[in-house]
Amino acid sequence: MFSVFSKEIHLFFSSLIGYIVISVFLISIGLFMWVFSDTSVLDYNFATMDQLFSIAPLVFLFLIPAITMRSFAEEKSKGTIEFLYTKPLTSFEIIAGKFFANFVLVSFALLPTAIYYYSVYQLGSPVGNLDTGAILGSYAGLFLLSASFIAIGMFASTLTDNQIVAFVLGAFLCFFFHWAFTYIARMPVFTTTLDLFIQKIGINYHYNSMSKGLLDTRDILYFFSVIFVFLFGTVTVMENRS
Amino acid sequence: MSVIVQGLTKQYGSQKAVDNLTFEVRPGEILGFLGPNGAGKTTTMKMLCCYTQPSEGTASVCDYDIRTSPLMVRKNIGYLPEHNPLYDEMYVKEYLQFVASIHKIENKQGRISEIIEMTGLGKEQNKIIGTLSKGYRQRLGLAQSIIHDPQVLILDEPTSGLDMNQLIDIRSLIKNLGKEKTVIFSSHIMQEVQALCDRVVIINNGTLVADEPIDKLGRRLTGSQIVSVIFEEQNVKPEIFSKIKGIAEITQENGGFTFSSSEEIDIRKEIFQTAVANGLTILEMHRDKANMEDIFRQLTKSVDYV
Repeated sequence: MFSVFSKEIHLFFSSLIGYIVISVFLISIGLFMWVFSDTSVLDYNFATMDQLFSIAPLVFLFLIPAITMRSFAEEKSKGTIEFLYTKPLTSFEIIAGKFFANFVLVSFALLPTAIYYYSVYQLGSPVGNLDTGAILGSYAGLFLLSASFIAIGMFASTLTDNQIVAFVLGAFLCFFFHWAFTYIARMPVFTTTLDLFIQKIGINYHYNSMSKGLLDTRDILYFFSVIFVFLFGTVTVMENRS
Repeated sequence: MSVIVQGLTKQYGSQKAVDNLTFEVRPGEILGFLGPNGAGKTTTMKMLCCYTQPSEGTASVCDYDIRTSPLMVRKNIGYLPEHNPLYDEMYVKEYLQFVASIHKIENKQGRISEIIEMTGLGKEQNKIIGTLSKGYRQRLGLAQSIIHDPQVLILDEPTSGLDMNQLIDIRSLIKNLGKEKTVIFSSHIMQEVQALCDRVVIINNGTLVADEPIDKLGRRLTGSQIVSVIFEEQNVKPEIFSKIKGIAEITQENGGFTFSSSEEIDIRKEIFQTAVANGLTILEMHRDKANMEDIFRQLTKSVDYV
């Protein structure tokens, strides 16, 4: 597993992929948080990081499928998948290696936002007037959300050998699992009957719940289930290559 | 036995790519795996390397079954796939380090420089793979397949698309490797197989058509001979020659006759005597030596082309 992991990490940072992902994420989040007057903390007059946590899933919706689209689609189109699958590596090792490499890259993009926390903390009046618990919960939610998006994107990448198809499919699936259920639940047919249940299928519900700073095992279990289901799908598709 | 293939079958939809293939390879043998394009060579090799699952039958490599212990099979195999897929954006050494770490090789650096030396990659070792020429790519492909010192090497058309010099280099590399390892290598070039291999397995449309040592296959050739004769007379009846002992086939085209014998006897004398006895004048007679190419063509003749 470690060999695949380090190869992937190496590829991210020896090519532009890693740097582009990190800088695009930080620039777009930075713009929303500090520059655009509609959403800027400076104009908001409250010491919060809500902007970060509401914008980040949107940015990830595009950024994560862009990272994961190459995971398998590229290996398939170049034929290197045959190289990997004729080496003494199990499917699990290959997929776990790639998953953790993608996760580390996304974490590298997220970690510098700790500076935002420090800034808002210092800007608060009095200094430190900030709901740290909610922020930690939100961070945990964001990490779990990005891991889920990675699993979904990797699954999409196994279905095709075309990277663009993998990206579009990945982005669609991420969108669907994050937001779609919230809106489906609002359809009049489901009101007062199935609406809460449907809402709970989506990622958004659990992400919002964690953003309140409440680390509920049900939410954590939900995220792990999503990750497990899509990684399991990834393994299944890769095992059934002909 | 190093490699045992038993009734291996691969079915894609209604088409059988490999059909009930059975053969064995002894340790230290270089086996030429021949067949026209689309005969099922690549599919067979992919099954041996546990990349695709066979539909029926099984095979074992170094006593490990490909169905039950694929990881052990892969550990003992060095595989160079067709078209030699490589990570173009990696450096040569970086790539070899990656392969070495997959195989959990101790003393990585030592082994890598040993392999670079062995495959003649020295000059190119600091380049990005994408910039390598075809010949060096092939060397790198071989390097990754032997880095863990496997007992069995499976090479899928290792020489296709190389120029004459590269061809000779790669061939001698394979020949050297074959001194201590079991090598199965596929090709559709008969001379190459003749030059390199101890034994040949020829398949056509997924089925085995020949499995014999190269010198025996050669004898099979000298055993049969083809004599072409041109008579002065028109309307010569082929029946008068059919009594000659050893003649297997008589064909007539463009006014000439072609006699082929199945046994190792010289039929020229008998043809001459029969012609004289029937008052025919021979204008021309010569014996064609059948070569490996003919054998290959004969064995892999497909009805589809007719």
